[in-house]
Amino acid sequence: MKVGVLALQGGIVEHVYMLKKAAENLGINLEVIEVRKKEHLNQVEGIVLPGGESTAMYRLGKRLGIADPLRERISNGLPVLGTCAGAALVAKEVIDKQSGKKYEPLLGTNDVRVIRNYFGRQRESFEADLEIKGLGTFRGVFIRAPVMEPLSERVEVLSEFNGKAVMVKEDNVILTAFHPELTSDTRIHEMFLRSIA
Amino acid sequence: MNALSSRDGLVEVGFDAIATFFYKLAEAADKLKEEGLWTYMPDPSELREKVAQGTVRVKLGFPVYQKGGVIMDVTNVEQAGIAEDAGAVAVMVLDKLPYDIRKAGGVARMADVNVIREVMNSISLPVMAKVRIGHFMEAKVLEALGVDMIDESEVLTPADEKHHINKWLFKVPFVNGARDLGEALRRISEGASMIRTKGEAGTGNVAEAVRHMKTVMAQIRELVSMAEEDRVLKAREMGVSYELVELTARLRRVPVVNFAAGGIATPADAALMMWLGADGVFVGSGIFKSQDPRQRAEAIVLATSLWMDPEAVLEAQSMISERKSMMGIDIRQLKPEELLQVRGV
Repeated sequence: MKVGVLALQGGIVEHVYMLKKAAENLGINLEVIEVRKKEHLNQVEGIVLPGGESTAMYRLGKRLGIADPLRERISNGLPVLGTCAGAALVAKEVIDKQSGKKYEPLLGTNDVRVIRNYFGRQRESFEADLEIKGLGTFRGVFIRAPVMEPLSERVEVLSEFNGKAVMVKEDNVILTAFHPELTSDTRIHEMFLRSIA
Repeated sequence: MNALSSRDGLVEVGFDAIATFFYKLAEAADKLKEEGLWTYMPDPSELREKVAQGTVRVKLGFPVYQKGGVIMDVTNVEQAGIAEDAGAVAVMVLDKLPYDIRKAGGVARMADVNVIREVMNSISLPVMAKVRIGHFMEAKVLEALGVDMIDESEVLTPADEKHHINKWLFKVPFVNGARDLGEALRRISEGASMIRTKGEAGTGNVAEAVRHMKTVMAQIRELVSMAEEDRVLKAREMGVSYELVELTARLRRVPVVNFAAGGIATPADAALMMWLGADGVFVGSGIFKSQDPRQRAEAIVLATSLWMDPEAVLEAQSMISERKSMMGIDIRQLKPEELLQVRGV
C-alpha cells in the first residue's frame, strides 16, 4: 500500500513514523511518500494532511499547483486523515476565533467549518483525555488547536471536547483538531489505514 | 523524493519517545543532582491530570508545526502583515532589527510590550519575542502577555552572565541559540523546546550559521559512531546528562526542532541551511533590511519548503534581485567584542 503525507510544511516526519507503526500493527506492507507534486500524488492510495500553519501551507499549495489535483482526488474518494491545520485545508469554511477573519479554503472539499485558534494562544495549548466513538479513551494533544462545526448531516462527530467537535468523519475523510502523531497511540492512524484497505 | 524522512532519525524513534524522555529523567532527578548535572527539571505531575495546559508535550509539540517554515523578524504591525501575506509560519517582534541593534549600540532589551500586543491582535500567526539571556522577569512578562514562544536571545544584551532561564518553569515554550552540540544540549536540559543556530545576527552573512550547523551535525555523527564509554565522557565534557547524549545518538539529530538563524538574506541562503539539516529558518534583518521585502519574504518561504528541488529554489531566487539584498557585513571586519554569538554558552 502506498500512502502519502502532504509535505509542504509542518509535522511531516511525525506522521511518517506513526503510519509505519500503525502498518506494522496491522501487518500491512506500507510505503510512505512525501507529496509535494502532482506526480507524487498520482501514486498514493490515501493521504495525510499534517498540521502546520494553514496560511503558509495554503500559499505553498497554490504556488506549486498541488491544490487542484488534490481537490479532485479527494472529491473522487481518496481517503484522507487531516490533523489540525490539515483539517482547515479541506474545510468549506475557515474562520479565526480571535479576529473573526474569514480565510479562503484551500481545497474546500468537506462540509465542515473550522474555527482556528479556538482555545486561545500557545499558553492555553493543552492535552486532555477524550472519548472517541469506536476507539474509547484517547489522549488528545491540542496545539493552538481549532474546533470543527459540521455543516451537513453527512459529517459524523466522533469526539467532542467541551461541547465542540474535535474529531469528525465524512465518508473518506477523517479530521482531528488534535495531534495523534504527538503520542505513541496509533489507533487513529490504524483507523485511517483500514479505511484504505 | 522522501527528502525529509530519509535524513531524519525521528522516523525510527517517534516524537513520543522525546516527550517521554524528559519525564523519565525527572524521575531520576535526585541521582542527577548528586552528579551535579541537572538541576532544572520538568514536573511529571501534569501527566496525571485529565486536562493539562502547557505540558512538556505541548511545548515540544508547538515548534513541530513550524518546521519547513520561515519565522520572520518584524518591528511593527505593517511588517507583520507583510510576513503573514508572504506565508511566514510565525513572526518575531523586536524593537530594532539585529542590523540596527549593531549600529545603535547601547543596551538592547525586550521589545515594547505595546507593540507586541498590537502585532498579536493584528495577525493570526504565532507571535514570538526575545528576552535577554537570564532575564527571568522579561520572560514572565511575555508569558503573561501571551506570546506563543520566547527567544532567550544573544542578540539582546545578556542580563545574567552565568545562567540561562530555568525554562521548565514556564507554560510557554522557549527557543535558544547554539553554536555547537554542547550549547544545544545544555539549553535543552534547561527546558528549551527548540534550538536555532546563533550564526552572527544582523550581518546578512550566512557563513557563521553554516559553521554552527555543520559543527552540530558533525558532532552528532561523531556521537553516533562513538563507543558507549566515550559518550559518557562526552556527556561529562558537555555538562549534560548521559541519557540526553544517548537520546541524541539514537535520534541522529538534535532532540528538539532545530532551526537555522543568523545572517540568512536570500532564498538560496535559506535552502542551503535546510540542506545542511535545519528544520526551518529564522530570517532577521535579511527581509526588512532589503529593498524588496514583499517578494523576498515570499521567495524565502518557497525556498525553505522546497529546498530539495533546485528548480523551485531557482524560481525563488528569480523572484528577488541581488541588487536589492542587504549589503551585509564581513564578519572578519568585526571586533571580537562586537560578536553576538559568544554570549551565553
